[in-house]
Amino acid sequence: MRTLRSLLGASLLALALGPGVVSATMPGATAPALELPQANGSPLRLAELMGQVVYVDFWASWCGPCRKSFPWMNAMQQRYGSQGLVILAVNLDEARADAEAFLAATPAAFTLLYDPSGQSARSWRVKGMPTSYLIGADGKVRLVHTGFREEQRVELERQIRLALALE
Amino acid sequence: MNSKDRFAWRWRLNETLLVFLALGLAGCAAVEPWQKAKLAQAGMALDFDTLGSRLHQQVYLSKEAARGGDAAGGGGCGCN
Repeated sequence: MRTLRSLLGASLLALALGPGVVSATMPGATAPALELPQANGSPLRLAELMGQVVYVDFWASWCGPCRKSFPWMNAMQQRYGSQGLVILAVNLDEARADAEAFLAATPAAFTLLYDPSGQSARSWRVKGMPTSYLIGADGKVRLVHTGFREEQRVELERQIRLALALE
Repeated sequence: MNSKDRFAWRWRLNETLLVFLALGLAGCAAVEPWQKAKLAQAGMALDFDTLGSRLHQQVYLSKEAARGGDAAGGGGCGCN
């Protein structure tokens, strides 16, 4: 009986601790650290980009809205790259081949980072797919955006322009 | 078995069931958004033909004249 009681206690404790309640990465907070390999294997640290406006996007090949967001991110990188915008797209596929197949159909003209473990998504508190973070030149999160819809493009671009002090 | 023994036995059974319930629940894990690759596959959808089943529901409800709960009442014309 005592064994049963302690089992009960242990499993209730596991229940209470299991789905750990974590707070989201909020606007105004300093961006969490990010260090991941690029497509060619060389690591990139977010801290190296301090002073630039960075748009960090977490995506995966199986995510429908991610596919829609790529042409828009290509356009943003092309339009604002010379003004200091850096787009980092963190791939969260467990299999690299899935990401490659996606990229063959949906080319990306911005920096790709690979995190098959999903550890970065955990530390950035990604709430949905895709989730993107606009980080100002001061290294602080300006905007957290989950999902991607056609009608949100205008507002997202305005936020990028504001971050780049173009508006 | 007297009534006191029976009570003790029932209590022990209940407690054992509770332990297994708690153990089972503790086995549940939260699936994070980036871990939903398999759940996002078409075969995992509850409904494999969303548009088709909406059409079917529209026709069915209007023929039955029994639209209710989710929308305004209908008259069997299939027009709402």
